[in-house]
Amino acid sequence: MTLLAVLSPFALAIVAPWLQRRLDRAAGWLLAALPAVLFIGFLNFALRHPAESHVFSWPWIPSLQIQLSFLLDGLSLLFALMITGIGALVLIYSGGYLAGHPHLGRFYVYLLMFMGSMLGVVLSNNVLSLFVFWELTSFSSYLLIGFYHDRQASRAAALQALLVTGAGGLALLAGVILLAFAGGSWELSELLARGDLVRGHPLLHATLVLILLGAFTKSAQFPFHFWLPAAMEAPAPVSTYLHSATMVKAGVYLLARLHPILGAAPRWQLYVGGCGALTMLVGAGLALLQVDIKRQLAYTTVSVLGALTFLLGLGGETAVTGAILYVLVHSLYKGALFLVGGNVDHAVDSRDVTRLRGLRRAMPITFVAALLAGLSMAGLPPFVGFISKELIYEALHAHDLSLLLAAVAVAANGCMFVVALLIGVRIFVGPPAATPREPHEAPPSMWLGPLALASLGLIFGLVPGLIEGRLIAPAVAAVGQLPATPAPHLALWHGFTPMLLLSAVTIAAGLLVFLGWDFLRARLNRLAPLGRLGPARWYEWVLQGVLGFAHLQTRILQSGSLPVYIATLIVVIILLVGGTLLEQVQIVRLANWNDIRFHELCIILTMMMAILTLVTTNSRLTAIAALGVVGYCVSLIFVLFGAPDLAITQFCIETLSVVLFVLVLYKLPRFQVFSRWPTRLAEAAIAVAFGLVVIGLMTLGMESDLGSPISEFYAANSYLQAHGRNIVNVILVDFRGVDTMGEITVLAIGALGVLALLKLRLDRDRPGKESS
Amino acid sequence: MAATGVHVLLLCPVLIPLLGAIFSIFGWNRRRYQRTVLVVGMALLLAAAVALLRVVSAEGIQSVQVGNWPAPFGITFVADLFSAIMVLLGAMMGLAVAVYSFISIDVRRESFGYYPLFNTLMMGVSGAFLTGDLFNMYVWFEVMLISSFVLLALGGERAQLEGSIKYVTLNLLSSAVFLAGVGILYSVVGSLNMADIARLMSARVTEGIALTIAMMFLIAFGIKAAIFPMFFWLPASYHTPPVAVSAIFAGLLTKVGVYSLIRVFTLIFVQNPGYTHGAIAILAGFTMICGVLGAAAQMEFRRVLSFHIISQIGYMILGLGFFTPLALAGSVFYLIHHIIVKTNLFLVSGVVHRLQGTYQLKPLGGLYKRHPLLGLLFLIPAMSLAGVPPLSGFWAKFILIREGLELRHYLLVAAALVTSILTLYSMSKIWVEVFWKDKPESRVFGGAPIAHRLPRIVWVLYLAPIVALALCTVIIGLAAEPVFALSLRAAEQLMDPQAYIEAILGGG
Repeated sequence: MTLLAVLSPFALAIVAPWLQRRLDRAAGWLLAALPAVLFIGFLNFALRHPAESHVFSWPWIPSLQIQLSFLLDGLSLLFALMITGIGALVLIYSGGYLAGHPHLGRFYVYLLMFMGSMLGVVLSNNVLSLFVFWELTSFSSYLLIGFYHDRQASRAAALQALLVTGAGGLALLAGVILLAFAGGSWELSELLARGDLVRGHPLLHATLVLILLGAFTKSAQFPFHFWLPAAMEAPAPVSTYLHSATMVKAGVYLLARLHPILGAAPRWQLYVGGCGALTMLVGAGLALLQVDIKRQLAYTTVSVLGALTFLLGLGGETAVTGAILYVLVHSLYKGALFLVGGNVDHAVDSRDVTRLRGLRRAMPITFVAALLAGLSMAGLPPFVGFISKELIYEALHAHDLSLLLAAVAVAANGCMFVVALLIGVRIFVGPPAATPREPHEAPPSMWLGPLALASLGLIFGLVPGLIEGRLIAPAVAAVGQLPATPAPHLALWHGFTPMLLLSAVTIAAGLLVFLGWDFLRARLNRLAPLGRLGPARWYEWVLQGVLGFAHLQTRILQSGSLPVYIATLIVVIILLVGGTLLEQVQIVRLANWNDIRFHELCIILTMMMAILTLVTTNSRLTAIAALGVVGYCVSLIFVLFGAPDLAITQFCIETLSVVLFVLVLYKLPRFQVFSRWPTRLAEAAIAVAFGLVVIGLMTLGMESDLGSPISEFYAANSYLQAHGRNIVNVILVDFRGVDTMGEITVLAIGALGVLALLKLRLDRDRPGKESS
Repeated sequence: MAATGVHVLLLCPVLIPLLGAIFSIFGWNRRRYQRTVLVVGMALLLAAAVALLRVVSAEGIQSVQVGNWPAPFGITFVADLFSAIMVLLGAMMGLAVAVYSFISIDVRRESFGYYPLFNTLMMGVSGAFLTGDLFNMYVWFEVMLISSFVLLALGGERAQLEGSIKYVTLNLLSSAVFLAGVGILYSVVGSLNMADIARLMSARVTEGIALTIAMMFLIAFGIKAAIFPMFFWLPASYHTPPVAVSAIFAGLLTKVGVYSLIRVFTLIFVQNPGYTHGAIAILAGFTMICGVLGAAAQMEFRRVLSFHIISQIGYMILGLGFFTPLALAGSVFYLIHHIIVKTNLFLVSGVVHRLQGTYQLKPLGGLYKRHPLLGLLFLIPAMSLAGVPPLSGFWAKFILIREGLELRHYLLVAAALVTSILTLYSMSKIWVEVFWKDKPESRVFGGAPIAHRLPRIVWVLYLAPIVALALCTVIIGLAAEPVFALSLRAAEQLMDPQAYIEAILGGG
């Protein structure tokens, strides 16, 4: 069933555009049926098998130990329920939000593709299949952020998200491989049982850092958080589904999943807890500076992701319970608020909190949803948001941590409170303000989602027992590797505790800031230039730096000059071949000097003179003549060393080429020297070194003096077996006839080429058309 | 020795294109006839390649002595799994690009020998994959070089001529080094038959001399394979000819270089892998990085793709540098993946050019709105190239990274990962510029012709090969097991030269 659950959204994605064309408005409702059915299936499973873990597996690439195996336990079920449940609502919502958009069909494709991938991430038991789905979520997120692709901002945001999460993904890939090596298995269920093995591995620290890089980029932890607010270029359903409710929690999921293995690693608490706390504070603070609804929500999402990471870094049962509950709570209220923001934007074409007022009359249902979700986000009783905030304070208390961390948590929650009231209350109350468009209530497809999610926040707050035993406790058990004992009692009222005091402080401080927000924001905005030093700029710098370096190195390497290319190749030959020769071979002796005869010396000297003339002369005719001299000397050497047939061939070729050269000569432009003397000097040095290397190579052949059995075979068989008296001829046409066939082909093609080059000049026929 | 049928089969990949070339030369100006000859020939070649792979897979290494002169005296043709896989890929690309040529090559080029040249190019490629003789391999290289040179220059446009001069000069240098290497090797070992050389190496040649000669082959084939710092000819020329020519070059030419590197550095030069293969691994790292940085700096469709060929050649020889069965399997898998994907990307670029009249990314745009199918057909190979799972490129990359981590080559793994993210960057650059962004006002860039409506038959001929290759990419990605298992078997065969030697020279 799990395989079907993961693959069915992909299958549906293939037919989605067709369905969209056939059914138009009804398509969203129909498509939502699939995640709804999956939701019921997962819920059914969760209720029947609480606190058990099941592994289902199908072979995929057995030679690489990769299988499609799925792990169903409390943690994965909780996420699967959120993905399918919210997914269904978001599909319905999209049908209304993007009604009439020409690319709605494609939108469904991406969204369903994402849904399948995300289910794959949270259900995978094989770490590599987890990674495969992980990357697919990044890729579908890229397509979704860039959905309005005619906007430059959308494209840039999509690319940024892709590169940041993609880079993290690659770190994760390396980390996951190291993890599998250390634990000796690619299956999570086995790795979870071998935590000691992993923690005892010498590469533990590298493994941890690489995996954390993957998780932190995906879950928008500081300093990688900047892609998330930028991703708000996406349509509202995408921001709801990917960038608050599910995908950005993939990193948190991974941390939770690996908590039993890496949670006890030496620097886990420092890295995860520290980064989380920082992100929590930075995100919340930046949220206050925004005026755009979606950006406010995005920064608070960053803050919440920080809090989740922080809690998982802290560890311990209360903190883990707090994290798990917060994952659910946040998805409910933030999902609702993003959809509310979408409704407002859709209705009045503005998302500016400072300009919007009094929308409640025109949009009553949206207002109810906003209010319910806002109060949960604010952490007020009797909403479930209150319970989860209390838990966070309790976790801090349980850990006996310093006042500083408590202050951080209170500050972050205070900011959250402010944003919650701004969006949940302020824009809806008061006298209506002028908006670009006349406000109107959203259609049912668009208020169903926010209302359902927001109401759940109230229901779970009033009756926490609904989720406590069946959803939260099994998930906590999976993360904490604890026996499935009931989690700490979730309730609205715990008596007068330090936590209650912190809650009161949070609310009081939040209220104060809320009332003075306009004033405060105006003051804080003076600090805005500091934002230019933020991590978003680092991204720009890195990208521009890499591109700049790319241009520079390419200009140097691929300079376009053929002489430079040739010189480089020769230098490479000198270094690699000459270097190896010098280092690895002892050249015993060059030759026996006494063996050299006088006439041989004369020939060599003549050749050298000719070559010197060749490279120094300014006359082409002289150069060609000198080249001819070299050629004839080579023929002479052939004669002297007993190869008269070769000598004749060489002699003919030399004569012919000199004649041809002279004929071509008159067609050429005037001879000019383009290079300066330092270049020529360098080239001379290269040439001399290359010559020395070639001499060295020649000595290799001289040292071994083996009688070749192959020549003997040819000599013995050319007449008897091949019936030819001339051994060379027999070699050419019989023993090695295939070579000759190939060379004949080469000549034929050469002839074709000459013909084509002479006759076919396309740009002469089409003047002005030049490809570059 | 198997039956004569197998002997003929082994020669078919060379003979079919040779006959194709001869037949088409006799029909010089008759384009329809030449097209028929080409497409029938390529289909036969594909059939022969499939049959050959089946035989080799079932019955082991096959060899034939041409003219019945026993090895090492005559010339041997050999097919092990690696050769057979490469021949098959060559045939697939041959058929795909042949079909694509019909609507993309202009009439003038068609009547000036395009089809015979295409055939001889395929002949050279197949010959290089199948020969068991080092000098004979040189001959096939020459056939390939001259065919590709003429194909590159065919049409005589200014940019073409400039590109082909660089191409042919630098490649001739490679040929010279290759020939010198063969000569010196012959003078010290006394044989040209690769199996025979492999057998005699340790007895007749000291390690130092072997290493020196190995470096010559590394350079000769390295230039062909376009590895760092010997790749200049490739970006200088690949963007100049008609796109069908670029596509077949991109798919096959450098890969013959990679094939030859893998062949000689698993069979002949295995004396001191720490030295030779270590050098290859380092060069692989530089090749990956320099290639991908080069691509990041380009703003022309085919130039971006050309630089990516270089960077991915780096991945392929990285597996050779690691020199373990799994790493070599990674190289083989990478070759399979890359040939299909890269050819396909060039084919897509040709359609884009046909629609909007340019390869420059800046003036292109708006294609995703009008041609979503084309967008999808670009995304599949592009994301596969960038290694996005579960497409074929991911598995290729994964195998190499995994093996790199296993062997603790952390720097090389880091280079591979950085290359991967930059590849993603430059593929999304093309995607954004060509497909996502709206087409800029043509006033700014000069009015390029826009032909949004092409006749149906043209679309079908354009898209049929692209769809077929994209399907291969998806299938290799989703069902990677059979392909990987085959690659692994090929790699294990490569790592066991004794079996190769025995298949050719017998038990001795």
